[in-house]
Amino acid sequence: MSDTSAWVIFIAAIFTNNILLTNFLGMCSFIACSGQIKTSLGLGTAVTFVMVMTTMLNYVIYHFVLVPYGLGHLQFIVFIAVIAAFVQLVEMFVERFSPKLYFALGIFLPLITVNCAILGASLFMIIREYTFVQSVGFGLGAGIGWAVAILMLAGLRQKMRYSHVPKAFEGVPIAMIVTGVLAMAFMGFAGMVSIQ
Amino acid sequence: MADNQQMMCGSCGSSGLCGGKGLVTLKEGAWTNNPLAIQVLGICSALAVTNRLANSLVMGAALIFVCVGSNLIVSLLRKYTPHRIRMVAEVAIIATFVILFDQFLKAFYVEMSDQLGPYVGLIITNCIVMGRAEAFALQNPPMLSIVDGLANGLGYAVALAIIGFFRELLGTGEILGHEVLKEAWYTPNQLMILAPGAFFALGMVIAAFNAVKGPEAEEKK
Repeated sequence: MSDTSAWVIFIAAIFTNNILLTNFLGMCSFIACSGQIKTSLGLGTAVTFVMVMTTMLNYVIYHFVLVPYGLGHLQFIVFIAVIAAFVQLVEMFVERFSPKLYFALGIFLPLITVNCAILGASLFMIIREYTFVQSVGFGLGAGIGWAVAILMLAGLRQKMRYSHVPKAFEGVPIAMIVTGVLAMAFMGFAGMVSIQ
Repeated sequence: MADNQQMMCGSCGSSGLCGGKGLVTLKEGAWTNNPLAIQVLGICSALAVTNRLANSLVMGAALIFVCVGSNLIVSLLRKYTPHRIRMVAEVAIIATFVILFDQFLKAFYVEMSDQLGPYVGLIITNCIVMGRAEAFALQNPPMLSIVDGLANGLGYAVALAIIGFFRELLGTGEILGHEVLKEAWYTPNQLMILAPGAFFALGMVIAAFNAVKGPEAEEKK
């Protein structure tokens, strides 16, 4: 993996290996918060930011603390603690210095701790043995890819309010079907670039 | 299933801790309030690992293990955990059980561990486990919490198995690696084992649950 450029990984993480549409991460908030385009945009931005920062932090911690001391098996608990602590820190920071941004983004921040896309990005980074630069590219691409996917679903769901959906399919089931169609559309990118 | 319920209730009754609520709790978790189909929690792994029935079963087992274990410990510690740090405590307990399961897989079933990849670790952020710890184990005695963990884990595992069964059957024509639909007359629909198939399958399962439960729910109103 070490010879793939960070740029390729970035593009691949958005299109061919979209973290949501091909790896199914971050589905909970994807379904729950995709009612409004505005909300999804806020959440997408927050996720992208936190994802880039936590992949960087986790990379450093994993390769410079956990591996040298042979504590690799603790990665789950350490990663989740780093993510939770980072989100808390950002929340306090944003609240103190930019109240406006806090009101736009603030409510989404606690949600991010339990967003599995964030933890997933860190775990993928370890499994695929990315270098530091590649990890940053991957974190950024994955975050943007997630934001793009949730924005598309939000747009579609807003339109869908005016259509007649079979009763059993109302709400979540039809959202799943729509996401399936989106995933199919994204499969069209498959030949473009590929990372495993 | 019937045997299972009886056994659970027997163990509950003898310890006298759950006051006969065992059966109700079991039904709540596994059917009336099925975590996957009704509450729509923890769908990430439901989608990712269900391309094969075997993967789905292992994931289901992992969830039952983690759910029961973390519910038990959270419940045992519920009187000693300060309210403000309960979330951190819950996450630490859950992560411990996930690590245990992950190490077990890595030691004895390396192939399976490779296939599941990061999704075992992602059980930590699976809302079901956290949700049960927070909503149930914090208020209830240990025995009842175990039943609740078991019920929710089971409900989730069954739903996973259903999705995994259909995806593997339609996608490859096999069940657990054995050929069921002959290649001669059935062309495997590759789409089912790819990402879109997962979304379609889950959508269908939830819709089916809705269709079956719909009349029930309306009668109650």
